Amino acid sequence: MTPPGRGARRAGRRRKGRGRRPDRAAVSRFAPRDLLSEAVAGILQRPARSALTALGTVLGIGAFVAVLGLTATTSSQIDGRFNALTATEVTVEDVGASDGSAIGVSFPEDAAARIERLNGVSHAGVYWPVSLPEGDSVRASPVGATVGEEETQVAAAGPGVLRAAQPTLKEGRLFDAYHEREAVPVAVVGSGMAARLGITTLESRPVVFIGDRPFTVIGIMGDVRRKADLLLSVVVPATIAAQEWGEPGTGTPARMLNSTRLGAAAQVADQAPLALDPAHPERFKAVPPPDPKALRDTVGSDLNQLFLLLAVVCLVIGAVGIANTTLVAVLERTGEIGLRRTLGARGRHITSQFLAESAALGALGGLVGTALGTLTVVAVAMARQWTPVVHPATLLAAPLIGLVTGLLAGGYPAWRASRIEPAEALRR
Amino acid sequence: MSSVPVIEFRGVGLTYPGPPPVPAFLPADLVVSGGEYVTITGPSGSGKSTFLNIAGLIDAPTRGHYLLDGVDTTGLPDSERAGLRGRRIGFVFQSFHLLPHRSALENVALAMVYTGVRRRERAARAREALVRVGLGHRIDALPTRLSGGERQRVAIARALVARPSLLLCDEPTGNLDTATAASVLALLDDLHKDGMTLVVITHDTSVAARGSRTLTIRDGRLTEPPGRDTPTAVLRTAADRTGA
Repeated sequence: MTPPGRGARRAGRRRKGRGRRPDRAAVSRFAPRDLLSEAVAGILQRPARSALTALGTVLGIGAFVAVLGLTATTSSQIDGRFNALTATEVTVEDVGASDGSAIGVSFPEDAAARIERLNGVSHAGVYWPVSLPEGDSVRASPVGATVGEEETQVAAAGPGVLRAAQPTLKEGRLFDAYHEREAVPVAVVGSGMAARLGITTLESRPVVFIGDRPFTVIGIMGDVRRKADLLLSVVVPATIAAQEWGEPGTGTPARMLNSTRLGAAAQVADQAPLALDPAHPERFKAVPPPDPKALRDTVGSDLNQLFLLLAVVCLVIGAVGIANTTLVAVLERTGEIGLRRTLGARGRHITSQFLAESAALGALGGLVGTALGTLTVVAVAMARQWTPVVHPATLLAAPLIGLVTGLLAGGYPAWRASRIEPAEALRR
Repeated sequence: MSSVPVIEFRGVGLTYPGPPPVPAFLPADLVVSGGEYVTITGPSGSGKSTFLNIAGLIDAPTRGHYLLDGVDTTGLPDSERAGLRGRRIGFVFQSFHLLPHRSALENVALAMVYTGVRRRERAARAREALVRVGLGHRIDALPTRLSGGERQRVAIARALVARPSLLLCDEPTGNLDTATAASVLALLDDLHKDGMTLVVITHDTSVAARGSRTLTIRDGRLTEPPGRDTPTAVLRTAADRTGA
């Protein structure tokens, strides 16, 4: 090779123009797999620091999963308690009588028949507590002391009420449509009440006196599944109660107790006021069983929001921790950044590496936090003998939230890292 | 290919924008052909580092054209500059710049991450480069377990593994004692014999003397002392040219 003369060199420059372009394949690159392994290596080279950095995310995500899991677990317990019995009960209140917009009782004579014609209704009946006239009381014999110290309650009830209450009869029978229609003076009492009245058996055809009127006791109830207060009353047919002591007053308005088939309660509650009085449905207020979903939500929401807020605070602290550590790492690794630039890395490769490191830290914290949160839910459920319930979406979202937290936290330090001038960095 | 110079400066100069503007490297012409061993000396703050940054594509000159392997780097997009830097230039630093938590092999393999070398090729090539610098027995050692001389050899292996056309060394023996410095310099001599183009920046005259050509930078002005025969090089400062 001989040294070219000045003129020849100038000519050469002109000929070559501004030189060749590098081929496209020669651009700098950073494969995703390399990015991942560099990020993992970056985390593992300082394991203790990485673990401490991730701790905030672990706590935040752990609290998040635990709160959501515990809420789901407790509300599933509420679901369990919310059984078929409460789900099939509809009571109808006589608001017309109590607010005075209607005179007397709003329930029509054939209220029970009207309701029982509705689809899905099993038993229906009107009942009210009888207010006895002054001086009248319940006694076991025509003359003598009243039973106990307190006045014994008398309840007037249609035959449907007794059946809707689902009693277990100890002895005898319930009164039925015949007793109701003919206003037969009969009574049904709970077993405790029977004992107080001195009634041990129905063999002797026992009678209770309400005021001066004798009522033949035809049944003793061992227990009822609904309306437990019936056990503390002497229950008599509604018709005879109305004859003897008059219609229910405004102080103690009549109500209806209806039992429905499973799932029909809400619809029955909807239709009952219209069925009772198409002209004045507003005089009735049907109370359906509480919606289990609504019940769950009210239980869940209050405490939940507080704890979720705490989880968010933990997460923010975790993010600040990651941001801080990554920033320190960027400053510490200035030399490495300069070196990587000389090895062909672009600024954005440096950014993506630090972003990947902080995101991986966040995701790692999220995974560990999810595991710890789930363990907490299982431990609490085990201690209370509940069924642990964690929504799958919670488990999927939690590590992702950790990853996003890490990504956000790493944003500023990673940007700073890409702004470091390689010439400056290599001087260190 | 040998007719195309590795480094060609055409009136390359670098002035840091002010205020006031700082002329860090005065416009100069320079040709370094393939296989040359050029040493560059000068006192601290004379512009040696600026020259290294320009030649290493770390800083872009503010005037003139820099052709690396005949490729004009003026106005190249960042991705292509970075690509050229990673593929065609190997850097060796005074402070080694090894990643402390990675083995010698991993440190060397790092040089192939950004240049699109397939992963399964990397280990084999890194091993080969380490054997080439005489560290075949310390392949899995961490830098903290290596002596200074060994660390610099790992750094040289890392610079070589991408098979660059230019090895840019910045005070390669600055952190080494005399004995290890001698062995590292012997390694550079070896590489020169094998045809590698070397540019070594140093303030040590004994190191500078090993080059086949020695340039001097003083106050940002690159000059070649007269009297030494430089068969393939043309060097003038822009000031000389305007004076001629």
